[in-house]
Amino acid sequence: MTRREKIKAARDEFIEENGIIFLDDVSMNYPEKGNPAVKDVTLRINKGEFVFIVGDSGSGKSTLLKLLLREIVPTGGDVFVSGQNTRKLRHSQIPKFRRNLGVVFQDFRLLKDRNVYENVAFAQRIIEVPSREMRRNVPSILAMVGLAGKYKANVRKLSGGEQQRVALARALVNKPAILLADEPTGNLDPNNAWDIMDLLAEINEQGTTVVVVTHSPTIVNSMKKRVVTMKLGEIISDEQEGEYLNED
Amino acid sequence: MKIRTFLYTLWQGIRNMFKNGWYSLASVATISACLFLLSMFYSIVANMQHILYTVEEGVSVTVFFNEDVTDAQVDAFGQELLRRPEVRDVDYNSDDEIWASFGPTYFGEDYQQGFPENPLKGEHNYEVFLTSVSLQDQLVSWLETRPEVRLVRYSEFTASTLSGFNLMLVYVSGAIILILLAVSIFLISNTVRVGISVRSEEISIMKYIGATDFFVRAPFVLEGIIIGLIGALIPLYLIHYLYDYVLTLITTRFQMLSTMLSFLTLQEVFNVLIPVSIGIGVGMGLLGSYITVRKYLKV
Repeated sequence: MTRREKIKAARDEFIEENGIIFLDDVSMNYPEKGNPAVKDVTLRINKGEFVFIVGDSGSGKSTLLKLLLREIVPTGGDVFVSGQNTRKLRHSQIPKFRRNLGVVFQDFRLLKDRNVYENVAFAQRIIEVPSREMRRNVPSILAMVGLAGKYKANVRKLSGGEQQRVALARALVNKPAILLADEPTGNLDPNNAWDIMDLLAEINEQGTTVVVVTHSPTIVNSMKKRVVTMKLGEIISDEQEGEYLNED
Repeated sequence: MKIRTFLYTLWQGIRNMFKNGWYSLASVATISACLFLLSMFYSIVANMQHILYTVEEGVSVTVFFNEDVTDAQVDAFGQELLRRPEVRDVDYNSDDEIWASFGPTYFGEDYQQGFPENPLKGEHNYEVFLTSVSLQDQLVSWLETRPEVRLVRYSEFTASTLSGFNLMLVYVSGAIILILLAVSIFLISNTVRVGISVRSEEISIMKYIGATDFFVRAPFVLEGIIIGLIGALIPLYLIHYLYDYVLTLITTRFQMLSTMLSFLTLQEVFNVLIPVSIGIGVGMGLLGSYITVRKYLKV
């Protein structure tokens, strides 16, 4: 067995056993930028893990998230998410692939012309959940994030914390295997930030793999979870119950 | 795709139209204005061409025969004429018909007195009507080579003037219609593009959640079709009333004109305008939104 074959066999074994995310020697070069945004990154995340991806601005953590979302394909190496090589996904297969991922953004990205219920229900509509089931699922997830009483509210009129809860409910309503959160507390005051982090921890305890990109040392250092630190596109440390010292 | 998903996307398209009321209004206004101008211009040009065609229809070439040509030869020649591409129709005028037509004009009702025989004997002829006046020279050249033919009478000036004017009208109107069409397409597609680009974030959110291209695109395309259809129907409705009004005005106030000129009926103008306007309106709404949304689907 050649070295290449050995690596492939190990990778397949990892994915089959308990791996849900596997970045295999991944690099990402943007043609317009000189330095690679991500360079030779190998990262394995198991099912049910809670992982912080931390690093200063320009460290490559947002690019990493884009790679996981199949917004971009790596210029080198392979990205496996739930056993699927993102490079091999056709454009028409991407929607189905993303339905297995829940995504939360710093700026919430809600459909501003719709109310809380419609925002969450939208995620169910695209996977064609029957209306009767939708009427059961949406209130249940809204209750979980503490917004049961606000399902009719216009999302524009909600506070930042409430908007992020709606985004979280939308990301979770289809019960994804993985939740990706890009600076989920970036626009929130400390109280709301902690509420969101508590919710993420609760979701993780229920079995969902959670990957949070952040540069907030306070949150990372208090949560005592696995911390992957990036710098200039490379992983410089990967520690269980790690710490993060922000240099920004 | 399930029916309820399809109905949901249809509903979203209609809802979006009302939700983005000002944008919808601006789009409908742009499409209507462009198509109104185009329709107006087409109506004028089509009528000018119709008038020209009516005048052209009256232009004829008269062919006279040598004395020794028999009736059978004249008949055969008439058949041969009808087979020529330049010829639309042939009208035979016998000696007696010509005398019956000219006699009263020059000699009054008693024109036959003093003429024991038809003085126009041998003047029988074919009046040849052309498919196009531009082909007159070609036909005359052929006629002049025929041994049966004694004389070919035609008006070179009328034919060349009409032919030249017709050609100029075709080129000028064609160019203006093309320019108007290009401006319409540019304005309409730009309006659609701007309207969708302000909603690009909405599209990217849908894509991140896992919506298929169809699910994202269908409401926008439907919205584009409805806006295009309304934008096309408004100028058609206006032209319908305006056309009738102008025709009534010409026939009542300028009776002299109406006896000299013949205009196309509204039905004849609409036979072209309805499919063209709706085609451009709906087509631009559909294509414009389809292409513009595609740009934002690459998330």
